[in-house]
Amino acid sequence: MDVRAQVATVFHLDKCIGCHTCSIACKNLWTSREGAEYMWLNNVETKPGTGYPTQWEDQTKYQGGWEVKGKSLKLRLGRRLGVLSNLFFNPNLPIMDDYYEPWTYTYEHLFNAPPSSEQPTARPISKVTGKFMDIEAGPNWDDDLGGSPVYARNDPNLADLSDAERAALFRLEQLVFFYIPRICNHCLNPGCLAACPSAAIYKRAEDGIVLVNQDKCRGWRFCVSGCPYKKVYYNWMAGKSEKCILCYPRMETGQAPACFHSCVGRIRYLGVLLYDAERIEEVAKSPETEMVAAQRSLILDPKDPTVIAAARMNGINDEWIGAAKKSPVYRFVKEWALALPLHAEFRTLPTLFYVPPLLPIAASSKRGKYDLTDGEFFSSLEDSRIPIRYMARLFSCGNEEIIKTAIKKLWAVRTYMRAASVGDISDQRATSAMSELGCTPEEAREIARLTSLPRWSDRFVIPPYQREDVIQQLTSPIGHKAQVGFGSNVPVRRGP
Amino acid sequence: MIDLFLFGIFPYIALVILIGGSIWRYATKQFTFSSLSSQFLEGRLLFWGSVPWHYGIIVILIGHLIGIFIPSGVMAFNRIPLRLYILEGTALALGLLLMVGLVLLLVRRSTSPRIRRVTSTMDIVLLVALLLQVLSGIGTAVFYRWGSAWFPQTATPYLWSLATFSPKVEYVTSLPLLMQVHTANSFVLLAIFPFTRMVHMLSIPISYLWRPSQIVVWYRRQAR
Ligand code: SF4
Ligand code: SF4
Repeated sequence: MDVRAQVATVFHLDKCIGCHTCSIACKNLWTSREGAEYMWLNNVETKPGTGYPTQWEDQTKYQGGWEVKGKSLKLRLGRRLGVLSNLFFNPNLPIMDDYYEPWTYTYEHLFNAPPSSEQPTARPISKVTGKFMDIEAGPNWDDDLGGSPVYARNDPNLADLSDAERAALFRLEQLVFFYIPRICNHCLNPGCLAACPSAAIYKRAEDGIVLVNQDKCRGWRFCVSGCPYKKVYYNWMAGKSEKCILCYPRMETGQAPACFHSCVGRIRYLGVLLYDAERIEEVAKSPETEMVAAQRSLILDPKDPTVIAAARMNGINDEWIGAAKKSPVYRFVKEWALALPLHAEFRTLPTLFYVPPLLPIAASSKRGKYDLTDGEFFSSLEDSRIPIRYMARLFSCGNEEIIKTAIKKLWAVRTYMRAASVGDISDQRATSAMSELGCTPEEAREIARLTSLPRWSDRFVIPPYQREDVIQQLTSPIGHKAQVGFGSNVPVRRGP
Repeated sequence: MIDLFLFGIFPYIALVILIGGSIWRYATKQFTFSSLSSQFLEGRLLFWGSVPWHYGIIVILIGHLIGIFIPSGVMAFNRIPLRLYILEGTALALGLLLMVGLVLLLVRRSTSPRIRRVTSTMDIVLLVALLLQVLSGIGTAVFYRWGSAWFPQTATPYLWSLATFSPKVEYVTSLPLLMQVHTANSFVLLAIFPFTRMVHMLSIPISYLWRPSQIVVWYRRQAR
């Protein structure tokens, strides 16, 4: 057993209101710079939708992540010699138009325009060329199903659905969507890292954060292709790749990452997971339908004495083990089996897990009007407006049992709590739904509490980093700054 | 006098700038070492420019190195005329490929508004210098046949005389003007190397072929 610690995260999608506060917090802090305007290290996507960059989930287009070939695990990008032979032109690179061309407006024209009979307008100008431009796409262009004939209909996850199901999904009175906020998953088997020819990307052993060493990065851009989630971005001005750093400078001082801290829906949870690094490759090779279960089995019980002993052997101190015991992520992912990885079939073993949204039921129009009371409110999975197969594609590699169990449990907890607090559901019905799933009343109350009434310290169990002890005193702070994934010591000057 | 400077003194200056400049840049501004790729902004022309250029120049450079280090091998190879024709034909074809690649890259730099935004003066200087080098090379191949036959008897001894600090400039000055331009410009390229994007040649990531697929760094065991 090779125990390592990972600062892992859970997003509870039922609570996300799609406000993009998280994205703005991140943008203001990290990417409001030249060359980084188009980067959204945190972005919030409407599903169904094509996402950002467009159709990032379609790996036949971008070749991100891993695949099992014979008995071994290989990058979809190809073997290493093949990667190097593409050094001069990367055929799998998303280009700016797959994201969008950043722009601003000629605001000063509103003040400086000469007198005229027409109102002055502020026209859009490109942040790249500085010229007037026609805006063709932007961040969240498909927000809330905007332009759904172009975007939502081309969602790669719809491939599994039947034509009838797809048609039903887009019938006006049935239209439905939910949000998926995305950041880098700080994977256990990162595709970005494995694809970097310069070995500039590394995983911090203490907390598992994946960083790009800005001094070592040579701008080969294979990380951008290798990451199936497209969460490494190429800074076109600096010629370096950048990614989410999980706000480690904030965490090292006991603060939650900015997107977590600012989240309006309080959907985000953060805590330590202990896992067995020896089994990474074995788990990453699991058959698709067993992927989610296999990844869950990789996570170790922080209360198990043998795990604790092995963790101590690896230099994980007692404060971190203590934090792992209190981790909300461990509860959601392992104990309660409610939180699932997004597209685990990419085999990077992501450590950001999602509690799936409760499926909205379809209204019926049997009696000539739309009726929601027909049948039970929290009713069957089959009647859902979002086909369960679609959710399974996103969160359980197509394995419908796993996602069904999670959603049923969420329902059971709601039913139980409603019986307890409102009382219009019989106790017997409430408990029978739960006992079917092996969920005790205590557990249901715990889930409900951590879902709807968590305090800051319940959501974020940030381990004490003790950097002062850990970083060697002799390290030059300037050199250190350049090596830890963000910023540069020299000005970025390029262009005429 | 000018000959002595260009072919007897300047080569040493260029070499000192090349080595000193590269070390200085690596030591003080490693952050600026990058391929500075602009594929993200424009990909179509880049493909037709960059791929022929890079593969062509790798082969051509290796050819030049073989001529310098194993001239007897080249002479022996060329003893059969057919082999000579094939060698020269390939070299000329590669030269033309390089020219096409470079011209496309120059066109791209000057026409695409997105690319202009990330084009520094040094990028243009470099492209022009490289084009001059390629054109003089092609010219030599066309007008002064067969280069691979006389290169080992002129350029090679000249470079060796440089290496032994007893420069014999007459090897170059007796050559046609085109060849002199090619030679002088090659030293110019060496001299500007540390100040251009060419430094990315120093970070060819060959070690990717054998490095471990995952890299985990412990702060506590910082030796790695
Ligand atoms: S999600 Fe993050 S860690 Fe995983 S492959 Fe992408 S960039 Fe790397
Ligand atoms: S801030 Fe929170 S609620 Fe708002 S979009 Fe982001 S994740 Fe969702």
